[in-house]
Parts: sequence; structure tokens; C-alpha cells
Amino acid sequence: MRKLGWVLSITLAFGITAGAMAQQTVPIVGLMELSGTGATAGTNFDNGVKLAVKEINAAGGILGRKIEYTSMDTQSAPQTAKALAQKAVDQGAYVVMGPVFSGSFIVSMAETKRAEIPNFTGGEAANITQQGNPYVFRTSFTQSTAMPKLARYIKDTVKAKSIAMIWVNNDFGKGGRDSMTKALEAQGIKVAADISTDPGQVDFSAAVLKIKQSNADAVFVYTNEEESARALRELKKQGYDKPIIGETTLTGQKVIELAGDAANGAVAHVGLTVDAPQPGIKAFDEKFQREYKYKSDHNGMKGYTGMYVVKAITEKIGKFDPKAFAKALHGATIRVKDTPGVLLDVHFDNNGDLDRESFLVKVVGGKQVVTATLPPVQPIQ
Amino acid sequence: MADLLQLILSGTATGAIYALCALGFTLLWQASGTINFAQGEFVMIPAFVMLFFINTAGLPLWVAFLLTCLVAMLLIATLGLSIGVKQLVKAGVTAQAMPFESPFPDGLLALGAMKVSYADVGTLLLAGLIVVGLQLFLNRTVTGRAMQAVAQNTDAAKVLGINVQRMVLYTFLINAVLAVVAALLVTPTYLAKFDMGESIGLKAFYAAIIGGFNQTRGALLGGVLVGVLENLMGAYVSPAYKEGVALMLFLIVIIFRPEGLLGKTEERKV
Repeated sequence: MRKLGWVLSITLAFGITAGAMAQQTVPIVGLMELSGTGATAGTNFDNGVKLAVKEINAAGGILGRKIEYTSMDTQSAPQTAKALAQKAVDQGAYVVMGPVFSGSFIVSMAETKRAEIPNFTGGEAANITQQGNPYVFRTSFTQSTAMPKLARYIKDTVKAKSIAMIWVNNDFGKGGRDSMTKALEAQGIKVAADISTDPGQVDFSAAVLKIKQSNADAVFVYTNEEESARALRELKKQGYDKPIIGETTLTGQKVIELAGDAANGAVAHVGLTVDAPQPGIKAFDEKFQREYKYKSDHNGMKGYTGMYVVKAITEKIGKFDPKAFAKALHGATIRVKDTPGVLLDVHFDNNGDLDRESFLVKVVGGKQVVTATLPPVQPIQ
Repeated sequence: MADLLQLILSGTATGAIYALCALGFTLLWQASGTINFAQGEFVMIPAFVMLFFINTAGLPLWVAFLLTCLVAMLLIATLGLSIGVKQLVKAGVTAQAMPFESPFPDGLLALGAMKVSYADVGTLLLAGLIVVGLQLFLNRTVTGRAMQAVAQNTDAAKVLGINVQRMVLYTFLINAVLAVVAALLVTPTYLAKFDMGESIGLKAFYAAIIGGFNQTRGALLGGVLVGVLENLMGAYVSPAYKEGVALMLFLIVIIFRPEGLLGKTEERKV
């Protein structure tokens, strides 16, 4: 009987200790493309989140509780992402980060919506935030914000009258193609060739030949990272000498690394870049390189800033309440002077879309060079 | 017209890479009666081994290529697990794509109105050289003829005093070198990635069946046919259908000429 008493006491003590430890942490789950076609985007986003978590925990956590971040590999497959989103819900996640790929996110967000858990994405497809899901928040621009900025640049600076478009046939690519077609139409620019390619496509010779045959004044490339690099290599191989324009992915760090010399001269509108002149972004660049021994692309910055948004809003509401969090983030403005980790002043609207400054960049000598800083669509009050 | 010729030429270059890989399929089938479904991974592994020699050991591309041929002969001849190899590279090296320098210079060569890249011309020349060399080896040397004898009738070859096991080993070694050459040619475009073998392995398998699984000439024809038709389909119909060309051809051949375009009907007693 006495033995039983000892066993009970020890079990109880362990139970209390474990309970107390669980109370000291807040679970946040990442659904990331750590393999498959989205490996570059997912790995960067995940590393960005982890860097922010490390910093936040070192500074005492959020409201005195440490973040317990776990990332799971969606293998870039929507069905896996959906299953893992359910797992994240079962694990009692306070917030879910990812997936980064729009196609996966559109499928998986139903699970987090049902459980009323805020869910951040790196996806840019316009329809993500057009479905009335109050728990969805972006870490990057929606295509319907980015493409008009780019179309204006094509008309005013490139002075192109016709464009050949090459895009990847997934939710991200289709959304971008539709938004860009509309934006170009509004500027009176003709689409001379509309070329769809497969996710994970390796051979772009026929697509590039079609671009050349179209005789358009410039080409707009909207594919994921690896495909962008292959397209750039093929464009160079076939001696394409007209402007090559893209949105975000085309001039990403990984694309430049993979495409080598072929990336030189490419121009893109990017929401985030480590080469931006802001001192906070420079500091992030150095920290990221120290931690991971390579330069972050925009996805790393999305993950990093996303986690700091979680911190800022949780501290604003003063409790770990997912519903109150989602409510507070709609219409919120987070400034760098209050939360340096957001890197740029940012405003969220009622759909979960964000607005902030953005950049035009050109690849010169294997490096992104910022050629212009574009203001937010609406001035941040 | 210049466009058409350009498409055919660059398609032939891509097809030549498929053909090198398809040759591996047919050689192994003839020598050992096995279909090697890890053929694509046989191309992926040398790409990463070459990258190791270039990036970590700091060796020039051609030295890395020669060393990789040696390593591939030692390693690949003994490996056969497609999924296992892929996961090993994914977990042990990286799941992300890595750049790979081209063995050919950048730039375009003007042939009349046609403009072709040095990479395409180089690929055609190197692949052509390998194929001619292989044919000469198989037809003009004692070892090559012994290998063919084993392929045609193992029992008869044994009776004639040919060391069958050694001939099968030679076939694996030749296959390893073919895979390294294919890796050298294809990786600058495909980028080095753990799953890069899936696409090329499947295309080469289709090419081998289209041409005729029991004929090395068949593998060549199948590879070039797939490469050229893919390019024509991509340019004149839509790039969206390009990836389906090999499968379509494969289905047509299986229905109307199951032994392949150059293949011979084999009959076996049950």
C-alpha cells in the first residue's frame, strides 16, 4: 500500500511538472514544403520562422511563454498539407504557419478555419483571401496588388506594347496570369503569347522558342523558383535579348544561384528583398546568413516577419486567444518602431491581405539591386 | 523552315540524352534479363558525386567527370534501389535543387538562318561519339562480341567458354559510364535534385520500349524520336502537351507494334 502511495505521488509530481512545462510554452505549427517542387520556398520560409522563434524565445517569449515551434513536411502535395493541417489542429496549435504554396494552402485552410485557428500563408494567389475565411492572413502581397504595380512599370519604364507571358499551371501561376492579364489590359498592353508550363517542368526549349516566335517586346515569367531558373537558363541558351520581367520569384536568391549568369538583367517587382536599403532588413540579412550560411530569399523574410506579427498581435490582445487574435489582426497596423521584426510598416485589411512598401529590383552581376522603392497602395496611417 | 530545323536539332540533342539513358535499359535487359527501374537514379547519383568533386574538393569539371566515372562503376554496379537512393540523397544532401555548370560554352552558333546553342551541338557530338564508340566496342572487339553472345543465348555462351557473370558485370560498368555522361549533359538544364531521375528514367524507359527493348539501335531511335516530337509538339501545338508525347508514342507502339519499332519478336516456350 505504501509502495502504491509512492508510485502515485511520483506520477502526480511528474504530471504537475509536465503540465506546468506545457503551460510555459505556446504551440505553433508550420506546414512547410520541405521537399518536392516547393522545397526552396518552404525551406526558406521555415528557416525564417525558426530564426524569429529563436530570437523571440531568447528575449523571453510572448507574454512570458516560450514558443514551441514544430514544422512538418507537406512534400509540396495539397492532400498531405490538408492531413497535416488536421494534425496541427489536433496538437492544439495557437497559430499555423503555411503552407507556402497557394495550391496546398487553398486545400488545407479549411481545417484551420473549422478549428478557428489563425493561419498565415506565403501564397500569393488572389483567391486565397477572397473566400471569406476570417482566419487567413498573408505574409506577402496578393497578386491583385502586385500585378498592377508591375504592369505600370512595363508601360512607363520598359515602354513595351506587347508581352509574352509564360506561367506555371498551378493555383499560384493561374492566379498570377489572370491578375496580370487584367492589369496589362488596363494599361493597353497586348499579350502576344500566353504559354502555360507544368509544375516541376525541366525542359523549357519549346516554351522559349514560342516566346521568340511571338516577337513580343518583353517576356513576363511567372513560375516557381526552380522552374524560373530553368526558364532563365533556356532564355540565355537561345540568345533571348529582350527585357525579362517577373514578380518576386524570378529574382529570388535561390533562382539567381541556380540560374547563374542567365539571371543577370532580369527585372522583378518584389514585396521583400534582403537587398533593400532599410537598416532593419540589412540586420536581418546578416543574422540569417550567420544562422544558415546562405542568403535568405523573400520566403525567409515572409516567415520571419509573419512570426513577429504573431508576437505583436498577441501582446496587443494580452492573451493566447486564437479568435481574439484573428479579430485584432483585421485592420491592424504594425510599425517597425514598435516591433522591429516586421521589417517594414505593415497594414492588414479585413480580408487578411497586407499592404506595405515594395521594391523594383534588377539582377546585376549575380546580385539583386534595388532600382526603386514603391509606396504602399494606400498610405499607412 | 529555319524554326523547324532548329526545333529538330535541339530536340535531337535532348533525345540523345534520353537515348544514352535508354541504352542502359536495353543493354541490361539483353545481358541480364532484368529491367532496371532505378535507371533515372543512376543518372541522379553521378550528378551529385560530380558536384561533390567540384564544390567540396574544388576539382575542375573534367577531372570530376573522370573520377565520377570510377566511383559510378564501383557504386552503381552494386546499387539497385530507386526509392532508397532518392531518400538517401534527400535526407543526407539536400531536398533543394543545386546549380551545375555546363561543360559547353554559352552562346549561339549560326548555321544559315538557324541559330543553335553550343550546348545542343556539344550534346549531340558527345552523345554521338559515345554511341559510335559503344557500337564499335560491341561489334569489333572479342569482349563486345562475347557480351552479345551472352545477350543472345546465355547457355550457348557458357558452353563456348564465355564467363557469363563477367560479361554481365561489364554491362553494368558500361551502363554506369553511360549514366555519368547523361548526368553531365542533362544536369545543367534539369538542375541537380534528388528526384531529377524520375522524369529522365521514365522518358528513357518509354524510349527503350518505343525503339525496341532488345535492340541497342532501337534505344537510340526511341530516344531521338521522343526528343524531337516533344519539341515539335511544344512549339506547334502547346507546351502543355509536351510532357505527354512520350506516353502517347508508347501507347501507339504497344498497340500496333509491341516489339518496338526496331525490336525483334522473341518467343519463349512456356
